[in-house]
Amino acid sequence: MSAAPTTRTIKVDRSQLPVPGPTRPFPFPHIEKTTLPNGLRVWTVHHAQVPLVSFTLLVRCGAASDPAGKEGLAAVTADMLDEGSGDRSAIEIHEALARLGAQFDTDIGSDATVASVTVLSRFAQRALQALSDIVARPALRESDFARVRQLRLHRLTQLRDMPGAVADRAFLKLLYGSHPYGHSPIGNEAALAAMDVDDVRAFHTRSIRPSVATLIAVGDCAHDAIVGLASEAFGDWTGAADGGAGGDAALPRAAAINVVPRARAPQSELRIGHVAVARDTPDYHALVVANTILGGQFVSRINLNLREDKGLTYGARTAFEFRRLPGPFVLQVSVQTSGTARAVEEAIGEIAGIRGSRPVTADELALGIAALTRGYARSFETGEQIGRAAIQLALYDLPDDYFEQFVPRVERVTSDEVSRVMERHLDPPRLVTLIVGDLDVIGQDLNGLGHGAPVVLSPDAF
Amino acid sequence: MNISFTQHTLGNGLDVLMHEDHACPIVAVNLWYHVGSKNEQPGHTGFAHLFEHLMFEGSQHHDRGYFQPLQGAGATLNASTNADRTNYWEVVPAGALELALWMESDRMGYLLPALTDAKFSNQRDVVLNERRQNYENRPYGLAPMALLAFLFPADHPYHWTTIGEIADLEAVKLDEVHAFFRRYYHPANASIALAGDIDADHALALVDQYFGEIDAGERVDPVRVPATLPRDLRIQFEDRVELPRLYLAWLTPAMFAEGDADLDLATDLLANGKASRLYRRLVFDERIATDVSASQNSREMAGYAQLTATAAPGHTLAEIERAIFEEIARLAADGPTDEEIERGRVQAEAQFMFRLQTVGGFGGKSDQLNAYNVFLKEPAYFDRDLERYQVVTGSSLRQVVNGYLDPGRRVTLSIVPQGRTALAAPDSETVVVS
Repeated sequence: MSAAPTTRTIKVDRSQLPVPGPTRPFPFPHIEKTTLPNGLRVWTVHHAQVPLVSFTLLVRCGAASDPAGKEGLAAVTADMLDEGSGDRSAIEIHEALARLGAQFDTDIGSDATVASVTVLSRFAQRALQALSDIVARPALRESDFARVRQLRLHRLTQLRDMPGAVADRAFLKLLYGSHPYGHSPIGNEAALAAMDVDDVRAFHTRSIRPSVATLIAVGDCAHDAIVGLASEAFGDWTGAADGGAGGDAALPRAAAINVVPRARAPQSELRIGHVAVARDTPDYHALVVANTILGGQFVSRINLNLREDKGLTYGARTAFEFRRLPGPFVLQVSVQTSGTARAVEEAIGEIAGIRGSRPVTADELALGIAALTRGYARSFETGEQIGRAAIQLALYDLPDDYFEQFVPRVERVTSDEVSRVMERHLDPPRLVTLIVGDLDVIGQDLNGLGHGAPVVLSPDAF
Repeated sequence: MNISFTQHTLGNGLDVLMHEDHACPIVAVNLWYHVGSKNEQPGHTGFAHLFEHLMFEGSQHHDRGYFQPLQGAGATLNASTNADRTNYWEVVPAGALELALWMESDRMGYLLPALTDAKFSNQRDVVLNERRQNYENRPYGLAPMALLAFLFPADHPYHWTTIGEIADLEAVKLDEVHAFFRRYYHPANASIALAGDIDADHALALVDQYFGEIDAGERVDPVRVPATLPRDLRIQFEDRVELPRLYLAWLTPAMFAEGDADLDLATDLLANGKASRLYRRLVFDERIATDVSASQNSREMAGYAQLTATAAPGHTLAEIERAIFEEIARLAADGPTDEEIERGRVQAEAQFMFRLQTVGGFGGKSDQLNAYNVFLKEPAYFDRDLERYQVVTGSSLRQVVNGYLDPGRRVTLSIVPQGRTALAAPDSETVVVS
């Protein structure tokens, strides 16, 4: 089929990169909204590219609502949702989902629990029925609880050998202590051991309720039809959730450098950061731009320094984790053991630099803004992506025109604004560094950094 | 159901596939080179993947980082290497298509003049760190090295992992990079797919403008090396883990070959998800395992089925192994239920539909077109691919379980906590893996 190889003698002019042309405007998803008598909000987006429908059920209650001493309860409850409904077992529930070819998932964060199911459009009604059986009418049986808790205890055991998981858990504890954000959703062994199935039933009764829930349907479906199906499936789900997470616990003051020893580790797992800012900050857009430049993309300062210049890592990144209460700013990287102290020094240097001696340049600002805005439409390609975007609106009470306003708002961010929000929300003296690594090899170098002797933490301390 | 497309071959042999989808103002540019770790030689492993890294370090007419202009245009981009192929992709706003083609064509045509020792040694350090992060410093992370090394003999191109051996990576010389590029990175060994908000005629003209001037290069002969397992190879090693884990692996049909789809469904119904037979028995009923999973990993010249289970505390891998082979024997004797076959069909239909949701990235429509074109020379294979799953019957599935999941020819790997070798499956020989 292919012609004889020939090569053209006239070559294309490669002296300059082509300048991208304009892209036609993109209509952002339009969300239709209805609230059912029981308080459940039903949102739909018509998206008919493929004959699929995605249902996402957001409950505004997550691991931050765990009672003290019962850390992990919200996650166990989420895990128990698909363990049977009525007189059907977990296996029967999953066989029913498999008959629909469904992709089912539950996810839990600090502020929310999310259950989602994606199916071929012809199974929409059956999928919604299954989702309501799972979320609104779980069986919550004692024998299933015993098995699920045991599996989570095994999981905790295994996490102790995963350097990234150890680092995440230790870092949250250092930053937040007993604050609702101080533990990861899985909790800890002692709290899991202290729970019983009545705790789960009580948590479901007071937290997994329609008054704090939003059902988002995206697909080849009409709003009225979905509202009708949702009324049938969720109509008998009632009750109001009581209270959210209180955030008044005092934050601890951790040492500057902390190490969880991991003998003979070929790499050190690093977390550097401090408690920063909540999702409702008016500085949100400027912080997103600033973070893109600092550590939010491949060509960020941190990644270019630690990976592309020094070759110490496969990749480094930073993030402001925006939540309902102030979430952490965190720099995350795995570096070769011999480069640990150097990576800490460089990383802290970059954080201090962007808020002081090396403010963002005009080129960096233009690149950061362009990276965030020009490809924005790409985040709305699939039903699941649109569902995830809608979750943000529901979880953080964002306005209906949030997506339309995102690009123009980001384009208005100036370098002065970036400097101001970096200075306001990053505080180098407060930075906490946590390292999971080979203390025998890295200890002396860390001593030499001038942040005081590293505090050695027991792997069992969190 | 299919992915509509038009197809052209440029004068230099480059295959061009185009799919129009105007739902979102974006375009996926997806470029496959038919080269992977199977094209490496013993003693020189890890090379195809290391090379993938070098493709992001600049080319003659843009001798700076590859990411910056594209991210500045709003693109997302990445690449991956496996045993059989290397793919590169950008998803760009529709107006930046020409920029993406300029960039991809420059590194296809003009990489070597910009490739320096400094870039090379920096990216080798990055890859060594990728290896530490994803394999050496991860619990059970060395399992793939052990499984492939025992499934395939030392001179077989699937004997090693794509990330490569540390000693080999440290020994690579820059002149090998040049030779590798000349042999594999040229139009005759590549296929480009564009999917999204394009006008096909205009897009083809742009592809021809930027890629048409590149020399064709020599056609690359396919690699074909047979492999057989002589017996049950039983091995073990200690790792920094809390719970012992059993890996079973068998040689199976290649990608798209007879029996491949049946094995996909067979491994699913055995151990994929809570509705599977082994989940129910090992995790739900007997509670002797904390997790179980299985997959048919089909590659261009051979496949391997893999089944993995982690023992719950207080249980040995011997117990797990016994229970697994009872279930395999039951499936081999009685076949699946009608309900299991029906579930398999519906799940395949849904999985195929999920793949049609995106124009690009890993696994989107452009990647799918290239997969069919590079491996089968049939980019229109989508509906026939789905058909493979719709025609599976109880008896055809039973046949592959009998034929391939053979207790007498397999690799049985136990990874056990330090000092706890008694937990391993019996009669396992201790091996050293790095």
